[in-house]
Amino acid sequence: MLHHRKLAIAVMTTACLPVATALAQSDETITLGAAVSLTGKYTTNGEHTQRGYDLAVSKINEAGGVKVGDKTYKLEVKYYDDESTPARGAELAERLIQQDGVQFMLGPYSSGITKAVAPVTEKHKIPMVEANGASRSLFTNGWQYIFATLSTSEQYLTGALTLAAENADKLGKKPEEMTVALAFENDPFSQDVRAGVLDDMEKLGMKVVIDDQLPRELNDMAATLTKTKALKPDLLIVSGHSKGAATAVRQINEMKVNVPILAMTHCDSADVIGKFGEGAEYTLCATQWSPTLSYSDDLFGSAGDFATLFEETYGYAPPYQAAESAAAVQVFADAFTRAGELDPQKVRDALSQTDMMTFYGQIKFDETGKNIAKPMALYQVLNGEYKVVSPSNFAETSAVVPRPSM
Amino acid sequence: MLDNLEILVQAPVITVDLVLNGLLVGAIFALAAYGMALVWGVMNIINIAQGEFVMLGGYVAIVMVGYGLHPLLAVPAAAILLFCLGWVLYYSVIFRVVDRDLFISILATFGISIVLQQLMNTVFGGDVQIADAKLGTVFLFDGFVSLAQVKLLAFSLAAILGAILIVFLKRSRLGQAIRATAQNARAARVLGIDTNRVYAATYGLNAALCGACGALVAMAYTIHPYIGLPYTVRSFMIVVVAGLGNIGGVIFAGLSLGAAENIAGFVFGAQYQLAFVFLLLVAVLVWRNWRLARKREYLK
Repeated sequence: MLHHRKLAIAVMTTACLPVATALAQSDETITLGAAVSLTGKYTTNGEHTQRGYDLAVSKINEAGGVKVGDKTYKLEVKYYDDESTPARGAELAERLIQQDGVQFMLGPYSSGITKAVAPVTEKHKIPMVEANGASRSLFTNGWQYIFATLSTSEQYLTGALTLAAENADKLGKKPEEMTVALAFENDPFSQDVRAGVLDDMEKLGMKVVIDDQLPRELNDMAATLTKTKALKPDLLIVSGHSKGAATAVRQINEMKVNVPILAMTHCDSADVIGKFGEGAEYTLCATQWSPTLSYSDDLFGSAGDFATLFEETYGYAPPYQAAESAAAVQVFADAFTRAGELDPQKVRDALSQTDMMTFYGQIKFDETGKNIAKPMALYQVLNGEYKVVSPSNFAETSAVVPRPSM
Repeated sequence: MLDNLEILVQAPVITVDLVLNGLLVGAIFALAAYGMALVWGVMNIINIAQGEFVMLGGYVAIVMVGYGLHPLLAVPAAAILLFCLGWVLYYSVIFRVVDRDLFISILATFGISIVLQQLMNTVFGGDVQIADAKLGTVFLFDGFVSLAQVKLLAFSLAAILGAILIVFLKRSRLGQAIRATAQNARAARVLGIDTNRVYAATYGLNAALCGACGALVAMAYTIHPYIGLPYTVRSFMIVVVAGLGNIGGVIFAGLSLGAAENIAGFVFGAQYQLAFVFLLLVAVLVWRNWRLARKREYLK
C-alpha cells in the first residue's frame, strides 16, 4: 500500500514538472549487471537465479518502475553466462563494470563464484546484492560492497539442533545427553554449515560421536553409515549438496540406519521425495524459504502469491534460489529510492541501511553485509510433502520426533 | 580412530559388513577397469573418458526408467548403445591418435570426456539422478550386515561379464585378433588382420563395458554429469596395480580396493578414504619396483 502511495506522490510531483522532462524520464532505465551460470554444472540453479531476477524486474516495471529522486526508472538486467566457473565469473564482472558501464551488480549463483566476483566489485566500488552465496567466508574479509539476502551457511542447520533439544524428552534424554553424528562434504559451503552446527552443539552441550568429512567425488557413504549403526547417535546430520542428500537417503534406507532424528541440506534440490518416496519420510531439511511461510510485501503479495506467479510464468514451483534472487532485486529497488540518486556510493550506503519486509522474509544487513533478520526454515517430509516445522512461529505443523523406525 | 578400531574388534560382524559392501563396490570398479586394461593393452591408449562412458551408461538407465522400463534392461541396452558410440568415436577421433604419443591420446580422450560431460549437463541438467530398481536389502546377523540386492546383482553381473570377456578374448575370432594385435600390431597386419577394425571393436567393447557398469551405478548409487572422474581414476589405479592383460588381476585388485577403501573409511573417517587408496597405490608401486630391482640384479 505504502508503495502505491509513494508512487501516487511520485506521479503528482512529476506532473508538476515541465512536460518535456517528464516525457524523457519514462524511458530511462537502470541497468543491473549479472553473470549467472547458464551452462556448466550450476545450470539448473543458475536458471532459477535468473528467473528470480527477471520476475522481480518485470513486476517492478509493471508497477511503474523505481522512483529515484524525482525521476522514475525502469529496471533491466544485463546477463552473461559464467559457465559455472569462478574465473569466468570474475572476468565477466570486470567486463560488465568496465566495458558495459554497469554500476550495480546482482550476484551469481554459488558461494564459490560470488567469492571470485566480490573482489572485482570491491575494487571498482560497485555495490552487489547477491542472493546465492551463503558461505560465511564471504563476510569475513571486510568487504564493503557486498550484501546478501539469504541466511548464511552456518545458520543452515541450527534449527535442527534446536528442534532436537526441544524434543529431547521424547527420546527420554536431556539435551546435553544427546549424541550427534556429522557427515559433511569436504567443500567450503558444507564445512561452514558444519562449523555453525558445532557452535550450536557446544551451546546445547551435545556430544559429537562421528565427524566424517565426505570427499567431493564420493557417492558411497557406506563406511560412515555403518559406523552410525554401530554407535547409535540420536541425531544424524548430513550435508553434501544434492548428491550428498540423494546418497544419504538412498543408503540410509538400504542399510536400515535407524536414527531418531535425521537432518540434511539440499533435500529439495535432490528431490528426495520424488526419488525415494516413503524412504524420504521424516527427514528434516534446511531451507532458506518456503511458499507456505507467512511473509508478505506490497510488490508480490505473500510468499504463496509469489509461488503462484512464478509457477504461472515458468511452469514449476519456485525453489528458494528463485525467491531469494527476486528479493535481491527488491532490495536494490528499495535502496535506489532511499538513496534518491544513482551514485554507487550513495546506493551502497542506502543498502547498508536496508530494513524491509519482503515475501521472502525480513531483510536487514549487519556491517559485513549479511542478512541477519531472516531465520532459516526447516521442513520435515510428512506424507510425501515438505511441511515447515521450524521456526515455530511460522511453522505449519509440529515435527514428528523420533522418526518411527521403518 | 582408535575407538573405531575398537568397535571393529568388539563387533567383528561390522568388519564383515564393511568388507562385503566394499567387495560389491569393487566389482563395479573392476568392470570399468576391464575396459581400461583392454584399451590400454591393445591400443596403448589411456582412456580418460572412461568415467564419462560410465556416466552415459547411467543416463541410459535413467532414460529407460523414465519410459517406464525396468532399469535392469538398461544393462544390455547401455552396453549396445555405448558400443556403437565407442565405434563412432574410434572412427572420428581415436584412429588419429592410436599410434601417436601417449600424451596426445590422453589429451584427445580428455577432450572427449569434457564434451560428454557438458552434453549430458545440457540435456539432463546438473542434478543427481537415480534409477530405482525397486529391489530390497538382504539383512544378515540381526541387521548388522546389510547387502542391497541391487549391489549383489551388480556384483554377479560384473562377474558374469568378466567371465564372458575372458572367454571371448580366448575363443572368438575377434578376441584372438584383439590379442594378436595387442602382442604385435605390425605382425598382425602382415598376417591379414584389419587392425583398424580390431581397434574400433576394442574401443567399442570398452565403452560397452563402461556402459553396463554405468547402468549398474545408476541403480546402486547416483548419477550426475560430473560423476566420471572417480571411475576413471579408480580404473586407472586398478589397472596399474593389476598390470595389463591380466583380467584375473583386475578383478582381484578391484575387489580388494573396494574392501580396503571401505575399511579405511570406517577407521580413519571418510575424509581419509581416498588418501588411503592413493597411499596403497604408492605402496604397491614401491613394492613392485623393489621386486623388479631384485630381478634386475639377478640378471646382471
